[in-house]
Formats: sequence, structure tokens, C-alpha cells
Amino acid sequence: MFHDISHASRQPCVSLLLDGKSIAVPAGYTVAAALLTQHRRHNRTSPVSGAPRGPFCLMGGCFECLVEIDGVSNRQACMVEVREGMNVCTQQGAGELTTDPETLSYEV
Amino acid sequence: MKYDLVIIGAGPAGMSAAVEACNLGLSCLLLDEQPRGGGQIYRNVGRQTPKGKELLGPEYQAGLPLLKAFELSNCKHVAGASVWQISAQGEVFYSVAGTSNAVTAEKVLITTGAQERPMPIPGWTLPGVMTAGGAQILLKSPGLAADEAVFAGCGPLLYLVVWQYLKAGVKVKAVLDTTPRSNYLKAAKEWRAALAGRSYLKKGIKLLRDIKSAGIPIYKEVNRIAAIADEARSLGTVSFCTPKAELQIETQHLFLHQGIIPQVNLAMASGCEHHWSTQQLCWTPKVDDWGQSSQQRILISGDGLSIGGAVAASLRGKLAALQVGYENGKLSVQQRDTRGQPIRRLLAKELAFRPFIDTLYRPAEQFRKPVENEVVVCRCEEILLKDIKSAVENGCMGPNQLKSFTRCGMGPCQGRQCGNTVTELMADLSGNPVEETGYYRLRAPVKPLNLSELASLYDEH
Repeated sequence: MFHDISHASRQPCVSLLLDGKSIAVPAGYTVAAALLTQHRRHNRTSPVSGAPRGPFCLMGGCFECLVEIDGVSNRQACMVEVREGMNVCTQQGAGELTTDPETLSYEV
Repeated sequence: MKYDLVIIGAGPAGMSAAVEACNLGLSCLLLDEQPRGGGQIYRNVGRQTPKGKELLGPEYQAGLPLLKAFELSNCKHVAGASVWQISAQGEVFYSVAGTSNAVTAEKVLITTGAQERPMPIPGWTLPGVMTAGGAQILLKSPGLAADEAVFAGCGPLLYLVVWQYLKAGVKVKAVLDTTPRSNYLKAAKEWRAALAGRSYLKKGIKLLRDIKSAGIPIYKEVNRIAAIADEARSLGTVSFCTPKAELQIETQHLFLHQGIIPQVNLAMASGCEHHWSTQQLCWTPKVDDWGQSSQQRILISGDGLSIGGAVAASLRGKLAALQVGYENGKLSVQQRDTRGQPIRRLLAKELAFRPFIDTLYRPAEQFRKPVENEVVVCRCEEILLKDIKSAVENGCMGPNQLKSFTRCGMGPCQGRQCGNTVTELMADLSGNPVEETGYYRLRAPVKPLNLSELASLYDEH
């Protein structure tokens, strides 16, 4: 389990949905950091064998931390900061294809 | 919009180049993937907490004046921008928040830095296994650490993160040092380099002494490391051998490290020629003294060139900016050379230490080229060592053909986590030199791109 060692008075929390459950996370966290502090060890299953996978490099290079964010699958959890009302879902396999243009042009 | 210079990456090289280029009066745009400047080494330096500053130390804090200078410069900074193609005509294509954009540049400077060398051991795809660099990223932002972690591998970054964990009061379960014994002897022969970098050497020795006196178990000359799953198919146990014993440690966190290597994807996909560095065991772009690549419009600097550290990266960024200033007519050849001279002196001093470090922490063969047949080499497509062996037995000639044989390297990471391993493995298996074996042929887009994202380029036209 990852925990906060900064001892800083954190910025206000934002609330988001993680697999339908509401969680509160300090602003400025990436989605990957949020997952790692929420007893979540894996964020997706592999599209090849179905094995669970978790964040690995945390710098956008390994594509292990892929999750669905606000209806768009295969987003890198380590590259996206949490936002109020964000809907994060762990991903099974290759993820669903989204064709709705409104959904695809997402906020960061 | 056309810029004199488009820089890709806001680490020390990119930020220094931007400041220098703006001072020369060049119009300059910097594109970077992160929400804020700093790159990996100075990540979050502008908003670090007091506790974080204390942990990360003065070398990290040294990034703050550079970040401030960059923010005060006239360089336009687009954050959250993922560059996916550079054309020979100087068009730079990038994506922000699911929408694509294009700009044109007279010159492009690639400062995309380094990544950790893949360390393919049994079970390295299990959740809970991460890179030591990844652990440090979480320490820098937002300030997270994991208790009872095992650190395994070798190289300055590994010990630094262990030291930072200990300083933060986080309990470290064990350090598995994989430095081969023979490396110490070979490194001793590089004593001139060690002397040249004695300030770094002194810091390193203090760091190792602090770790030793913290009383955590440190195993030396470790080999045959494996990550073993628990009942939830995540990391539960690490097994390993020392020269004396076979051991197991229960842990939920294993942080791996075998040094860092240049991030070559963008430069290679843009047609820049590379060669194999026998000193650093990685592909490095062919450039001249200023960072000019084999592609007329593209320069490369920073750790994406060869591993030299943050200070060297910053100096190389400045040199590249001077060259662009010269080509743009802002500087005469004499002005360029005069301004470059003191930078070169500092750079030579900075790089003089590398032969010592590269020799001491040269990763052992078994951690670069897996031995067990069932080890995953390509994490994305789950290609095992035995799949690569059988492809070679069936006549597969090199890494690029291996893609058609097995799909190795064809997943979303585009070979970033397997390319170096595959090059060395295939050279061994086929008995050809590494240089001849080559690398994957990389193509744009260098980051996965939705079709709608691609199509959005034409929205305004």
C-alpha cells in the first residue's frame, strides 16, 4: 500500500468514482497515484492472457496503467490528474471502443 | 504558425535550450507530455512540499531556478502535449486532450530524455512489481511511498531511492544488489574517471554508508531474482540467490532497476540514425558536437543522446540552442564557438565520471537477457523468451522481422519495454553483432492515437 509521506496540509480533495464507488483524493494526484492509495493493486487485465496488471513505470512509457476514464478506454492513469466528478473504471482486456465524438474529446 | 525552434520535452535539456534560444531572439515552442515543466528529474519541483524538498535534496532543488527561468522566458509552453510525429519538412504533430494539432518548425530539438532499462525477470508483469524510477516519481509527486518494499538491481538511482525512503522514515524490507563482483575490479581501472567525478563519488559513498547503517538487510551479488504471485495473482514473494544461499522474502512491492537508457522512439521514428553504445549498452542517436542528428531539421540533446545526468543534459541543451541560433543567423560562427567553449568545458568535466559509473554498474547479462524460457520479454503482447528462440530457429533475422513472427514489440508501448532486450537477445541467438542485428523499425505515430484524434487535425481546414 502506498501512503502519503509529504506531511503537507493537502489541497482540497476532489471526489471521483472508481468502479462506481465514490472516493476522495487530494487534488493534484494522478489517477495512478489515486489507485495505488486505494488498496488497488491492478487497474486492468491483459487483452492477451487476462492476467491482472498494475502501474509499472509511472512516466507514460509502459502503458500498463491503462484505465477507462469518463467513457474513454485505454487512457494512461499515470498521465492524467484527478478531476471532480471523474468516472474511472478498471479495464477488462482491450477495453471498449468509443465512437461518440463528445466523449472522445476529453478534458485534462 | 511557424517557429524557429520547437523543443520536445521539458526536462533540464529542453528547458535550458528554451531559455538560451529565447535569449538569442528565436521564436520557440516547447511541447511536453506532463502537466508541468521539470521532466522526470525535476518533476514537481515548482510545487514541492517542505518535506519533499528535504527528502529530495539540493540536487533536485537545483532544478527550481531553471524552471523559473524557463517560465519567465518567451518560450511558449504547451503542457499535456504528446508528440506523435515529426515530418522531414519540419511539421510537428501532437495531441492534447484527444485533439491533434500541427506546427511547423525550422528546427526541432528532441529532448525526450531517458527511461529505465528493461529488467525482464520471471514475474515482472505482476501487479506490485514496479521500476525504482516509478517509485521515485511517486515520491516526487504527489509524495507517496510503500512500506516493506524490496529494491532489486544496481545503479545510482536504485540506492538514491532507497536512501530517500529511509530518510522519509519508510521501512525498506531488503535491498538485493545485483552488481557483479567483477565490476568492482573493472571499475577500479577507471580510477581517473572516478577522480574526475570525486564530488559525485563522495556523495555516493555517503549514501551507501547511510543505507548500510540503517540496518536493513542488504544482499550482495544477487542473481536469479523472481517475482512470485500470491492467490490474487499479484506480487506476494520475491525469490533470489546469493553466492551462499537461496532465499525468499514476502513483499507486496518489488522495485526493479538496471540503470537508464535513452528514450529513442521519437528520434528513430523521425529517421535519425542510431548506433549501439558498447559502454552504455543501448542505442544512441548519431549526432555532431552540437547535437545535430542525421536528419537536417532535427537536433537531439539531453539524456536522450547518452546518459550523462541532469547537469550534462542542461549543458547539451544550451549547445543545441547555440547551433540553432547560428543556423538562424542570430550568431556568427565565432560567436557560437566562443559561447560554446565554457559550456563544453563544464560538459567534459561532467561526463568524465561516466566511464567509472558505467563500468561499476554495467548490468549483469542475466538481467539484460533472460535465461528462463517462460520469462515474458514483451510485456504488451506477452511474448516469452522461448517464443523468440523458436522464431530465431525458424529463420527470423532480426527484431523487426520478429514482429511478423510473434507480434513482439507491437503492443501499445511500441517496444519501449522490450526493444533493448530483444536487440541483445537476438544478437546472441543468431551469433551476429548487436549493431548488425539492429532494432525495431519504428514509425509514427509514436504514441497510440485514436482515429478521431487523427481526423481532428483537419477540423479547422
